[in-house]
Amino acid sequence: MYCRNVDIAIIGGGPAGLAAALAAREAGVQDVLILERDTKLGGILNQCIHNGFGLHTFKEELTGPEYAARFADRVIAEGIEYKLGTMVVDLSKDKTITAMNREDGMFTIKAKAVILAMGCRERPRGALGIPGFRPAGIFSAGTAQRFVNIEGIMPGKEVVILGSGDIGLIMARRMTLEGAKVKVVAELMPYSGGLKRNIVQCLNDYGIPLKLSHTVVDIKGKERVEGVTIAQVDAKNKPIPGTEEFYACDTLLLSCGLIPENELTTGAGIEMNPVTSGAVVDNSLETSIPGIYACGNVLHVHDLVDYVSEEAGNAGRNAAKFVLDAGREEAGSDPIIMKTGKGVRYTVPSKICREKVEKDVLVRFRVDNVYKDVKLGIFFDGELVRSVKKRTVAPGEMEELRIRKEELDKFPDVREITVGFAED
Amino acid sequence: MEKKELTCINCPMGCQLTVTIDGKYITVTGNTCPRGEDYAKKEVTDPRRIVTSSVPVRGSETKRISVKTKTDIPKGKIFDVMEVIKKTTVNAPIEIGDVVCENVADTGVQLVATQRAK
Repeated sequence: MYCRNVDIAIIGGGPAGLAAALAAREAGVQDVLILERDTKLGGILNQCIHNGFGLHTFKEELTGPEYAARFADRVIAEGIEYKLGTMVVDLSKDKTITAMNREDGMFTIKAKAVILAMGCRERPRGALGIPGFRPAGIFSAGTAQRFVNIEGIMPGKEVVILGSGDIGLIMARRMTLEGAKVKVVAELMPYSGGLKRNIVQCLNDYGIPLKLSHTVVDIKGKERVEGVTIAQVDAKNKPIPGTEEFYACDTLLLSCGLIPENELTTGAGIEMNPVTSGAVVDNSLETSIPGIYACGNVLHVHDLVDYVSEEAGNAGRNAAKFVLDAGREEAGSDPIIMKTGKGVRYTVPSKICREKVEKDVLVRFRVDNVYKDVKLGIFFDGELVRSVKKRTVAPGEMEELRIRKEELDKFPDVREITVGFAED
Repeated sequence: MEKKELTCINCPMGCQLTVTIDGKYITVTGNTCPRGEDYAKKEVTDPRRIVTSSVPVRGSETKRISVKTKTDIPKGKIFDVMEVIKKTTVNAPIEIGDVVCENVADTGVQLVATQRAK
């Protein structure tokens, strides 16, 4: 088994890994290695063939593969090393990575800094607790997306979709365009989990009904799906007897949420955030192990790849800084703890180290319900510092606030910063 | 005078737009950028969409590549465009941006590759 040393190892060659690698190189680290499980760079973007990517990053509307190629081409042009078909099986506290592929067999990499960019997985049927048999014809929306867009195989002809996440909405349109009949999209929550624009252009354009506060209560069929029963749910998400409706179909797609893929992270003993299922990070995106950074969907699930690229760029720059400032002094003062206030489920980062504040601190977060006309506030030790008015906020759309450097400098003793709704 | 509520689909912001149609005069409110105004005006007069799909490739290890209409096409022509796409096969090598089909379904718009196949 061979062992090699690198300055920065990046686990994952999707949008986060590619942007992190480019930023690290730009910041002056030559020795960067990307480890990618798939046979090409770009990650999930390669199967997201629809348009709508890159409006923030490139000021033009690209498809997923085009967006991925912009980054992958630059990585290749920069001569950044990458290994495809390479599975990382272990990450240890001392930043040793154990990986394997067909050419090298099993090998280890000792890295000065590691960037976690493994992305996320779809929540599978097993995690949903739907009764019924286990017939063929039940797919996660992303699996169906791969079948249709990459393999050219239609998973079915008559489709019901459970969950209104963006991939489910995109697949409702995609299956319709390919000649399938999408009968209904059922969503457990009283609001959609996807972006508003996708409701319009994927469901409304094709007359596909969206049933909010509905779920699948039974799947009929033993060898192949023959139909599903959908029922309305009450405020506690319990099915209401008498509201059941049967839909004949041969396919059920599931778009019920994404889960960051953090087996390596937890294996290394990195502190996790139970709300995001991602690592706890500070404002430099550093995890609880110095020199290990996290970005993209492995940190928290994003709606927009543009924000993934931006976040990953920060992780790449900070990892480069860590490598170039080898032997830096450990942070002196205790970090400022980020807390969630009224209406807010989580924040990234979870803490702010003053030593690492260069300019404004970008805080990204999600709200816990749909609200109209609210004020999102930043509180320093309970005192409102600033608030921003919002016409609508929804759990499906990530929000952001910037804590200004001047604000932090003005209050040198602040211990806790809370993000939450401010009263009028 | 007619009022319509729309959700802008130009970017994931999904601005809520109110379009007021008064004969020839169309006014848009609720947009946060000029794209929103353009979208709303088009949506009430000539709604258009970009169509994306994938087509098989001959002579490459890559089985399929993704394609898109280079610009938006009339909404009513989406399925006509899909009919053409379903009958289309491309030959490798193909670069991102290569024209796969000129004037797809008489829309005056090109169908272009969004992935490469060597």
